[in-house]
Amino acid sequence: MCALCGVLGGKDHWTEPLKRDGVYVRAHDPATRRRERTLRISAANTILGLFALSLEDWQGDSYILRTRTGKSEIVADLAALWPIAEKLAGRPLDPLDTQVLARREALNG
Amino acid sequence: MAELNERNIPLFTPVNLITGFLGSGKTTLLKRMLTSSALADTAVLINEFGEIGLDHELIERIDDNMVLLQSGCLCCTIRGELAEAIRGLDERRATGEISPYRRLIIESTGLADPLPILTTITADPVLRHHYRLGLVITTVDAVNGMTQLDRQPESRKQAAVADRLVITKTDLASGENVENLVGRLRRINPTASIVHAVSKNFDPEDLIGGDLFDIASKTREVRHWFEDETKSLEQSARNHHRHDHDHHHHDHAHANQHDPNRHSDDISAFHLIFERPLDWTAFGLWLSLMLHRHGEAILRVKGLLAIQGEPAPVAVHGVQQLVHPPIHLEAWPSMDRRTRIVIIGKGLDEHAFRRSFEAFVLAPEIRAEEQKSFA
Repeated sequence: MCALCGVLGGKDHWTEPLKRDGVYVRAHDPATRRRERTLRISAANTILGLFALSLEDWQGDSYILRTRTGKSEIVADLAALWPIAEKLAGRPLDPLDTQVLARREALNG
Repeated sequence: MAELNERNIPLFTPVNLITGFLGSGKTTLLKRMLTSSALADTAVLINEFGEIGLDHELIERIDDNMVLLQSGCLCCTIRGELAEAIRGLDERRATGEISPYRRLIIESTGLADPLPILTTITADPVLRHHYRLGLVITTVDAVNGMTQLDRQPESRKQAAVADRLVITKTDLASGENVENLVGRLRRINPTASIVHAVSKNFDPEDLIGGDLFDIASKTREVRHWFEDETKSLEQSARNHHRHDHDHHHHDHAHANQHDPNRHSDDISAFHLIFERPLDWTAFGLWLSLMLHRHGEAILRVKGLLAIQGEPAPVAVHGVQQLVHPPIHLEAWPSMDRRTRIVIIGKGLDEHAFRRSFEAFVLAPEIRAEEQKSFA
């Protein structure tokens, strides 16, 4: 896992890559960056909510991840989100887990 | 062509990896590539542990641009040395001490796991701004390849993560053996191009000349990913033409594992095909979570995605937890406008994967507020 820490810790996570020729970038300026950030938080909460966690913006640069019992941690970016979420939730966040899928599907209706 | 700076050097120099099992012909392949005039502007890093080194003639020919790593197997323990070696080359290029190479090739030892080598490039705070991952080229020996695939998990992994599979020593093996090997490699990794090194048509430049980040070749590269899927679907259509089974009106996953021959390896591939355009944000969250939790088992992901609001597709590909920057193509490579994703992995449950994708990516957006009361 040591090999990945650096990769996942960068500000150029593949979902928010640095601008370069041919690369798909959604946030071209401050306005679109804010919009993407809002969308990302909202979408992340649809997953995190399944594990009693919630994500908020923190100064437009990082995020705060909270549990319902009041524990919280700052998350630098999406790359750091899942390891911290698992730590706070105290269990794996497994998108293939049948119980998780069943709950998500129930919410989807 | 890639973007170049004022000194005619790519803004992001591609780093290509040649891997393959011991004795599978990596060094021979590298020699052939380096004698091609079209690839003269190539720097090489060689990990010589446990392998015969390149001969002196070749080292002399490209001495300035070659670094021999002495520490043994390229793995986590010497990633520092690898990064340092690349930085050293970079500095010498920047100062004009060596010729301005436009690509880098790393030859790894036979037992090396490709992932730590690849992550070195993307993790290093300096290199990541000047270098990018190119292609993973895996050599497979036509004589011993089948046995190595049987016995060595590293060999199967090297085949699974490849962008190009180069079959060597085909002149020493029977046609039937070569055919069986090709079939098995295609099952392990249907997205890689398979090249015969002994063939008259073998072109070293073609092998490494273009990749997904090369504007001139990216559409062709994406087509390669799905060539086998197209053939497989056509075959399936022929085999099941009497069935009243209309795939075209449903999002569906196409599993190569339906073929009984596909169960012989612990590594297998399956395709997910979806009609509806995706929400990019939801896809990014889902895939990053999936790779976080199951990245050890997911060896390769390659996808051509129809994104909501985008007329042209986005290509995404990754090796285990490492995902390349997504590439926006100028146009769809064919009339097929569906999202297609190939997953190559160990022991993955294709049905659960598809179900997860549908639940997290395709489903209508759910408000977080609604979920808070549910959990």
